[in-house]
Order: sequence, then structure tokens, then C-alpha cells
Amino acid sequence: MSEIDLGMVNWARAQFILTVMYHWIFVPLTLGLSFLCAFFETIYVKSGKEEWKILTKFWMTLFGINFAIGVATGIIMEFQFGTNWSNYSWMVGDIFGAPLAIEGILAFFLEATFFAVMFFGWNRTSKGFHLFSTWMVAIGSNLSALWILVANAWMQRPVGMAFNPESARFEMQNFWEILFSPVAIAKFTHTTSSSFVVGSLFVITVSSYYLLKGRHVGMAKKSIIVASVFGLLASLFTAFTGDESAFANGTYQPMKLAAYEGLYEGSRGADIVALGVLTSGKRLGDGQKPFAFEVSLPKGLSILAKRELNGFVPGIKDLVYGNEAEGIEPAAAKIKRGKAAIADLAAIKAADKAGNMEAKAAALERFKVNQDYLGFGYLDSPEELVPPVASSYYSFHGMVYLGSFFILLLMLYLYFSYKENLEDKTWLLVLGFFSFFLALVASELGWVVAEVGRQPWAIQNLMPVKVATTNIAKSNVIATFSIFFLLFAVLLIAEVKIMLKQIKTGPEGV
Amino acid sequence: MIGNLDLMTLQQIWWIICSVVGALFLFLTFVQGGQTLLWQVAGDEVERSLVINSLGRKWELTFTTLVLFGGALFAAFPKFYATSFGGAYWVWMLILFTFIVQAVSYEYRTKPGNLLGEKVYELFLFINGSVGILLIGAAVGTFFTGSNFTLNSLNQVVWTNALRGVEAAFSFFNLALGLFLVLNARTLGAMYLVNNIDFSEAPNLETRLRKACLQNFLYSLPFLLYVLVALLVIDGYGFDENGIVSMVSYKYMGNLLAMPVVLGMLLVGLILVIMGVLRTGLATSTKGIWFGGLGTVFVGLAIFFTAGFNNTAFYPSKVDLQSSLTIYNASSSHFTLTAMTYVAFMIPGVLAYVVYVWSQMDSKKIGMNDINDEKAY
Repeated sequence: MSEIDLGMVNWARAQFILTVMYHWIFVPLTLGLSFLCAFFETIYVKSGKEEWKILTKFWMTLFGINFAIGVATGIIMEFQFGTNWSNYSWMVGDIFGAPLAIEGILAFFLEATFFAVMFFGWNRTSKGFHLFSTWMVAIGSNLSALWILVANAWMQRPVGMAFNPESARFEMQNFWEILFSPVAIAKFTHTTSSSFVVGSLFVITVSSYYLLKGRHVGMAKKSIIVASVFGLLASLFTAFTGDESAFANGTYQPMKLAAYEGLYEGSRGADIVALGVLTSGKRLGDGQKPFAFEVSLPKGLSILAKRELNGFVPGIKDLVYGNEAEGIEPAAAKIKRGKAAIADLAAIKAADKAGNMEAKAAALERFKVNQDYLGFGYLDSPEELVPPVASSYYSFHGMVYLGSFFILLLMLYLYFSYKENLEDKTWLLVLGFFSFFLALVASELGWVVAEVGRQPWAIQNLMPVKVATTNIAKSNVIATFSIFFLLFAVLLIAEVKIMLKQIKTGPEGV
Repeated sequence: MIGNLDLMTLQQIWWIICSVVGALFLFLTFVQGGQTLLWQVAGDEVERSLVINSLGRKWELTFTTLVLFGGALFAAFPKFYATSFGGAYWVWMLILFTFIVQAVSYEYRTKPGNLLGEKVYELFLFINGSVGILLIGAAVGTFFTGSNFTLNSLNQVVWTNALRGVEAAFSFFNLALGLFLVLNARTLGAMYLVNNIDFSEAPNLETRLRKACLQNFLYSLPFLLYVLVALLVIDGYGFDENGIVSMVSYKYMGNLLAMPVVLGMLLVGLILVIMGVLRTGLATSTKGIWFGGLGTVFVGLAIFFTAGFNNTAFYPSKVDLQSSLTIYNASSSHFTLTAMTYVAFMIPGVLAYVVYVWSQMDSKKIGMNDINDEKAY
């Protein structure tokens, strides 16, 4: 542990946060808008009406601008696993690498190949093949999300693998268990459905702008109807999958759930905080009340996390210091067992090097007893297990409030579209205009909940972030962080400027 | 079925798969080569647009192949992935930056309000095609010249050179390989553009491209010859049945002689490249790219096979021979390789639709209609 430069770890962490959050500005829009483009084009092919073709091409242009930067930032993610997190790459490459390779073979080529047809094939291929290509881009984009989310889900809930003390790494044992892990299913469905909402709200925002300005009214109203239907269905499904995600957290990552609920003391039949302000500066065990102000719904958290009215939902304190009555082991005991596992691992290596097979077998036996606690052995104190509570709590609740708002908003858009007086509802159009930006916020908050909430783990219970990094001087990471930051800032400004110009120009410009 | 294969066979299969992806990437660098030719061969705005729009329909394939190459190495040889990417930090970061700026350049270059202006995006494309490919070449060169790393008992990498990988570009062999790849990419780029563009309204562009093809091939020859001769005479990193790595005299020449198929691939590949150059540079054919492309794939395969097979450490450590990586000590487990091999059965299907779409899109050459299209780059 003394060899680990925590300053470097934090810079590597900051660089990853910067990269992922930047990447995540573009990806949800790509996932959602790709399907909307496919819907628009399907209507065009079915109806044969030229206005739908113009509409499709307009949204496709915006999709293309966004897609390029999504792809560019995507490559950083893949390489950054190696450059900044090489210990992690080696330890889990056997498992994590496979979904990435499959993503490359099955998803990226689908996107890349048919992307060219989607943009340049209008006069080179048949109508049917062009439509097929548009669908392939949408499916390919979402398939790539599937594989990366399967890999991410494995980090949250490592299944289908075993630690090999000989090679000192985790090795895959069951591919299907990894692919169909409940966490993977919840993660994929929640992330993609929420991305469909982001894509839909992008269309709503741009179209609302046109209606407010009184420009391209026909196109805007048509776009709104398709986006509202898709967005509403997706947002209802997002709520459902969000509930599934919370249940998965309650089952497999109780500390994450406790953090984003601000739950310090666990209880049976726990209430859920509907609205609350955390006590500023609250620390574990300082005796302060967790909330300065709160409105709770009885039994809500118990139902959410345990699907029971009186299930026990552990709080941060229970998970750190243990709860004998509920059979929760204190973290200090887990740390002790983890340190024993690390010592036994070293003993296996030493005995192997010395050719002492008897000692190796004995160390191996001892290691097996404590191997599930391996990650705990790298922690310095039980309190290290507590993720940042405030950012988890506010992110989770912000995401839920915004998600609920989107359902209401999309219902209103559909209702007034049905009544054919949407363009008269200026107040709603103003709300709709801001909805995409709020959706981006919700999407980023979702990432914070998922990733910050699982700290300090890179792999839940097995590998803390601080041992996942590359052995490299902090100055290198600071330098690349700075270059990324500058590059991202320039490219973001460029993208926004191009997007705004294209939107201002409207469908005539495509 | 696959699960019954022994680990060594699976490791070899995956080295072949990674090599195929790597070799296809080398072929697809015609996009990068074409990017560096832009200012040289395109005399005016129309010609520049023809070149950009021709390349712009293919850049994603090159990009995706690079991503797949990285992903396949991560999955099949994670110890290499962790060692090389984590150790040779700066060389990979620089490669990465050149590819990031490439991805946006096509889409943003001519868009109204593009912030940086057309020339800057064209400069990005040039940097990607030159610096990016040069560094990739230098990185591949380290398969033969070795790198500065050690691995501890837990396989954690320690890099022993402060330049963290950039030092690879200061080895003459690596530099020569990198320069050869840049010039080969330019040669392929010229061949591809000759094949893909309708020159009826830009006849001078065709003349310049054919000349560029021949010129770049001739410029690449000294570097190619140096690499080939050096490869035949340098000591290489071999290992014995216990996995003990040692320096072996004329190792790579020995590999080529021990694997006549690989030697044949190298020779046939070079002949095909020469045929492609002759058909494009000295004749009027537009099909040179298929010869040059296939030739590049064969040469690429020969390079990767020479580096990895016949008991050779494909990622040798100059500072600690026993830290060197072989396809046998750097690979994933039997289970993972088996699972991925089943997935790899889909590769022919993927290649089939790539070929089909390519043929559909290129059945009509890029002409004035395309650059006047609203979607044009």
C-alpha cells in the first residue's frame, strides 16, 4: 500500500470522471436519437411523403454531428482502462475484455458500416436498404451499450468468475451468468430506456423552439408526436427499470443504497425520504441527525429495497460497524480477513518461487477461506467503505424528481398534441424547450449515483479503486488530464456551435 | 467443440485473429494516408472536397478496426494490454489524441460555425495520418526491439524509461517501420482515391494521385529494405520449453525459415503491393488498391506472425528478459478464449456485410454530385 501514490489515484479518478461525464453528454442522445431517426424514416418509407424524408434528414444531420464526438470520446474509454488502470486491466481483462471485444465485433461494425449508408446512401441504395441501414445503426449503437453495461454491471456485482491465485487475477467461469446477471439486466434496460428519453426530449426541445418561433411548424408538430409517444413509453419503462436497479442495489450493493438514501441507521420497515435536506458536515458516528429537514413515506424504502413491508434495510452504520442482530459482519473483521488473504497470496507466490509445494498448498487452503474479502484487505479503515453521501443522495433524488417531471411533461405534450392546440401553450413549450438540458442533467446524475455510489470499489468488495491504477507518476496523469480538459472544452464548444447553427438553419439546410 | 481445444491452440488462434484485425487495420490506414495527401494532391477546393468526401465514407471502418484491435488484445492478451498501455503511457496517449481529433474533423470541417475553421480540421487529419501512424509503427516495432518494462510477481508493470513509450520512436528500427507505414498508407491512400473518385471534372487530380502513389512507394523502399534487412540480422527474443526467455541470434530470420508459409506471405504481400503500385502509378488501372490492400494484409500478417509464433516473445522486455510476454503467458484463460472463439465465428458474417455495403456504396464513384450533396463533408 505504501507504494500507491494516492495523489495519482485521485488524478486518474478525476480524468476518468472527466472522460466519462463528457462521453455521457453525447452517448444518451445517440442512443435515443438513432431510434427516432429510424422511426421517422420508417414513416417516410411507409407513407412515401416527402415531408417525412426532409424531417428524417434534418434529425439525421443533428444525429451525425453528435455521433462523431460520441465515437471520438468512446475510444478514450477503451484505451484509458489500459493507460490509467493497468492493474485493473490485468486483474479483470479475462472477464472485462471479452464484452469489449464482442462489442467491437458485433456492435461497432454494425454502426460504422451502416452509418455510411445512412448518411450517404440516399441516392446510392434502395429505399428499403437505406431504411434497413438506419435501423442497423440504431441497433448497433444500443448493442454497444449492452456490452459495455454488462462489463460495468460485472464490476458492480462480480459473478461468473473465480480468483486464480496462480495468476493473481479474476478469470471467467460462466459467460451466461455474467451476461444475464440481474444487475446487468437492470443496468442495461435502465440506461438505454433513460437514453431514449434523452433523445426524445432533444426532439421536443428543438421542436418547441420552432413552435415558439413559429418556424417549421408542421415538421415540429410531427416530430413532437413521434418523440412524445416514444419518450413517454421510455420514461415509464425507465421508472420501472429504476425501481429494479434500486432493488438490485438493495440486494447486492446495500452501501450504495444507504448512501443515496442518506440512511445512516438501518431499520425494519424503513421509510423512504421523499424530500429532504442533509445535515451539512454530517459524519458517520458524530451524533448529528442525518437530515436537517425531511418528508418521508412510511415503509417506502423497505418496499423499494427488499420488496417487503418490514424488511431490514441496513444503514451506513450497520454496514461499517456491523449489526449482530441482523447478521451483518463489521467491516473491521472483513478488513482483517482481507489482509490475511493478501498475506496468503504473497505466501503462495513465495512458496511457488522457492519450490516448496507443501507450503504453497497450505497457503492456498488458507487463502480460499478469506478470498471473498480480498478487496477489504487494501482498505486502511472501515470508514473508507462509505461513499460520498451528499453527492449520492442529491444525485439520486435529483434524478428521480427529473424523471417524474419528464413523465408529466410528455403526457402534457401528447394531450395537447391530441387536442391540436400545443402551439398555443407557450408555458408548456418553454418547459419543453428546457427539457433536453434537464434530461442531460438527469442522465449525468444517474451516472454519479451508479459510480460514485459504489466507491471505494472498482470491483465490488474485490478491488478498491486505489489498487486498480497504473504505476505512473502523478505529473503524467495531470498532463493528460489537462490536455483532455482543453480538448474536450474546444470540441464541446465546436459541437454546440455547429448544432445551434444547424438548428437555426432548420430542415432547409439539410 | 471449441472447448475441447487445448489452451495453447486457443492462444494461437487468438494471436491469428488479433493479427488479422491488425493487418486489416494496416490496409485501412489508406484513410490516414489519403488524409496526409490532401494538401499535396488537391489543387483547389473542389479537389479537396472530392478527396475528403471519398475518405470520409470510410474513416469509421479504420477507426472501428483500431478499437476492435485494442478490444481483442484486451480480451485475449490482457497482460499485454495492461503492460503496454499502462507502461508505454505517452505513446498510446499521443496515438489516442490523434484519433480523437480525426473523428470530429470529417463531421465538423465544412459545417457552418465550426469554431476552428476548415484548415485546422485538415491539419488534424494530417496529424492523425502522419504522427498517429508513425507512432503506431513505432509501437509495433517494439514487438521486435523490446520495451523498457519489468513485471513483478503480481504482474504489475514498472516502466524504466521516463519517456513512457515515446522512446520507442527513437529506435531507428522502430522509426523506420513507422515511416514505412506512413508512406505505405500514403501509397494505399493514393490507390484508393484513384479507385474511388470520378475524375471526369478533375483530371489533374488523377494525374497527381497516380504520381503520388509511385513517389510514396519509392520513398518507402529504403525504410522497407532497412526493416527487412534488420529483421533478418538482429537478435531476437526466444523462449525455451520452460518459458525462459533468452536472446537468440538471427531469431526472426529463423522464424521466417521455420515458417515458410509466413515467409511466403511476406513475399507474396510485397509482390502484390508492387503490382498495385505499378498498376496505379505506371498504368491506367483503378484496381491497384485491391492488390496493394491484399499485399499489405499479407505483409502485416507476416509481421505479427513472425513476432508471436515459433517460441518468440512478442512483447519483449529489454531490461528484464523474464518479464517478456509471449502469447502463452500473456493470454486470457481457456474459458474466456473458448467463449470468445464462438463469438469470432460471427466475424465472417461481419466481413460479408462490410464487403456488401462497401460494394453498394462504391458502385458509383465519388463525383461532383456527392460533394454538392447536403450531407457532404
